[in-house]
Amino acid sequence: MIRLATDSSRCSGCKVCLTICALSHFGENNPKKGALRVEGKFPVPGVFAVAVCNQCGACATVCPVDAIREKDGVYILHREDCIGCMNCVPVCPFNVLVVHPAEKAPIKCDSCGDCVRYCPRDAIIDTEHTVMRIGR
Amino acid sequence: MNGYAGNILRVDLTNRVSRIEPLPEELADNFIGGRGFVAKLMWDEIPAGADPLGPDNKIIMAPGPLTGAFLPGAGKLEFGAKSPASGGYGDSNVGGHISPEIKQAGFDAIIISGQASTPVYLLIDDFNVAIHEAGHLWGKGAIETETALKHELGEQYQICTIGPAGENKVLFACISHDFGRQAGRTGIATVMGSKNLKAIAVHGTKGIPLADPKATLAKGKEMFAACFAKPGFEEWTPQGTAGVTDWVNEVGAFPTRNFQTSYFPQHKNINGEALVSKIKVTDKACFACPIPCGKYSRVKRPGYDVYVEGPEYETIALIGGNTEIDNIEDCAFANYIVDELGLDSISAGNVIGFAMECSQKGIITAEDLGGRTLNFGSVDDFVWVAEAIAHRRGIGAILADGVKRAAAHFGQGSERFAIHVKGVEWTGYEARYAPAMMLSYMTADVGAHHNRSWAITFDVASGRDKLEGKAKRVIELQHIRPLFDMLCLCRLQWVELGFELDWYPQIFQAVTGKTQSFEELLKFSERVWNLTRAYSLREIPGFGRDFDYPPRRFMEEPIPDGPAAGKVMPREVIDRLLDEYYDLRGWDQRGIPSGAKLAEMGLDFVEGVIAPLRS
Repeated sequence: MIRLATDSSRCSGCKVCLTICALSHFGENNPKKGALRVEGKFPVPGVFAVAVCNQCGACATVCPVDAIREKDGVYILHREDCIGCMNCVPVCPFNVLVVHPAEKAPIKCDSCGDCVRYCPRDAIIDTEHTVMRIGR
Repeated sequence: MNGYAGNILRVDLTNRVSRIEPLPEELADNFIGGRGFVAKLMWDEIPAGADPLGPDNKIIMAPGPLTGAFLPGAGKLEFGAKSPASGGYGDSNVGGHISPEIKQAGFDAIIISGQASTPVYLLIDDFNVAIHEAGHLWGKGAIETETALKHELGEQYQICTIGPAGENKVLFACISHDFGRQAGRTGIATVMGSKNLKAIAVHGTKGIPLADPKATLAKGKEMFAACFAKPGFEEWTPQGTAGVTDWVNEVGAFPTRNFQTSYFPQHKNINGEALVSKIKVTDKACFACPIPCGKYSRVKRPGYDVYVEGPEYETIALIGGNTEIDNIEDCAFANYIVDELGLDSISAGNVIGFAMECSQKGIITAEDLGGRTLNFGSVDDFVWVAEAIAHRRGIGAILADGVKRAAAHFGQGSERFAIHVKGVEWTGYEARYAPAMMLSYMTADVGAHHNRSWAITFDVASGRDKLEGKAKRVIELQHIRPLFDMLCLCRLQWVELGFELDWYPQIFQAVTGKTQSFEELLKFSERVWNLTRAYSLREIPGFGRDFDYPPRRFMEEPIPDGPAAGKVMPREVIDRLLDEYYDLRGWDQRGIPSGAKLAEMGLDFVEGVIAPLRS
């Protein structure tokens, strides 16, 4: 399986990860629907922070309708079952359950690995080495 | 309309109202976006003869159809306005992240007109648009203002600002965005200042319509993979544009001592290696860029401890070589000063180099300078003049109008070494031994800018003593590079990695659903090139051939030393280049497009204005 981790010191803030995530999961050209977080801390100290889901499952424990279910180590948010209570959002230790005004359900990572394959900087990695950046 | 958000936002600062209109389909079909929208909207909407710093001038901001999409370098924004520096067509682009944000808010263009009675900033949150008081920000630095607005509004906003230079209507003020990206050229920040517009903050949440999302995803993946496979992906990226410093010196094209010469012996102290080994903190990318040229740096020395994005190559050339600041730390500090003041670092280095030469020659005296002199190599002198310019204090008030006007004021032969074309200062390539690069600067529609045609490598590859083929190549480049500014993409993947141009029509089709070959897309770019020429012909009395000459230094003074020693480009060579250029363009020998060319370009609507100029 894929287990995501980050090396923020390599992130350049380009948002390719957010863009590919939204496009492949929503068919939409809209990085605001990417299931991870990239933040710049500028002008001081001039660093980026990238945060991803490591499938810890904390979100699933608070879901009142069991819409977030584990399969093969990955917690999938079943959007059709979600009632939009947002209970899961604040319990995420990495703050990567993304709320978007046009979506009833929060947006959650399904460990597809595209952010690893297309991060130009290798700032997002798979600790299991199942996937790597394209060309590596 | 796929690829487009579908709307134009109009903001009237005089009456503090805004209005959202649908994007006209024929504008998208005929002018694509970005620079194409800027040129067409300026022609249609800014009244002929408008004062660049009056309420009739308009600021146009336009992303393009590929901005914000999933492909390498999709993060550029085009600004346009009647230029207070040239009096004619003006545009400038910026990277960072604000361009996709504007489209996500729902807009393909923002048109800002009028003049606010007090300082304001524009706040755009999807379709909620408001004009807020900005008295608390007025007087603050450009980056200081962005920091303050991020605290006030939230990190999710993308913001562009002006510094004191824009407020004080310095003609080479720049628009600042993303803590170190600038739309620097042609004085569009000056127009913002004239409108009392301190900043624009944007946040958007909407998706941008795609003709074929699956094809866009597939093609985007192929394009990123192709970038990753280029040798330059690993080799070029670490130093970014600063990496070219050594080469430009080796070929004798590095602006040095106000373009007195073209080789700076201390260039290894200010090159890409010095930048990376001594001051770089992190790489910093624009939206969807796999090869971040932004090098965010920190310089700490007795007396200062500052963060700055850069210096990138142009700043190294104009601040480093041109004012002879010979170490990367002081270059970065000077870069920080001009960024915060909101001065274009290119023009600032050029203007200050000019002032230093005037001081050296006694044209500006100690009396003019409050008892001091200005010396090449002195970062203290650089900072002193930069601050005087931004606040229009003393001699700074004259220099604030750029080298063309300053030379007219000082006289005493200073116009010989006022290094500009059309009132816009020359950038980082000394061209006395580079005919294609020389012609590129002479004929760039916005004035002496390398952005339209970067031909120095072509000069070196094709023979620098040969004139044949140079005009043809310059014209090709003047269509290719501005096409990137219509699509609003960064060109560095193509320039620096050798990324194939054939990719772009493929992703253009996936995003917009329109089938155009690259050659067909270039025809749109040629249309815009002729339109911007027509705009300057309409606005500048007597405009034409006389405005396409380089400064006399380049035609009369041989380069004194370095690899290009002895080289000069006499007026007869310049004339030969221009003759051939006009001929190939379908313009007459005064630089006026023929009726047939305008008709071929689908620009019949400008013929009525241009025809009387031909007689």
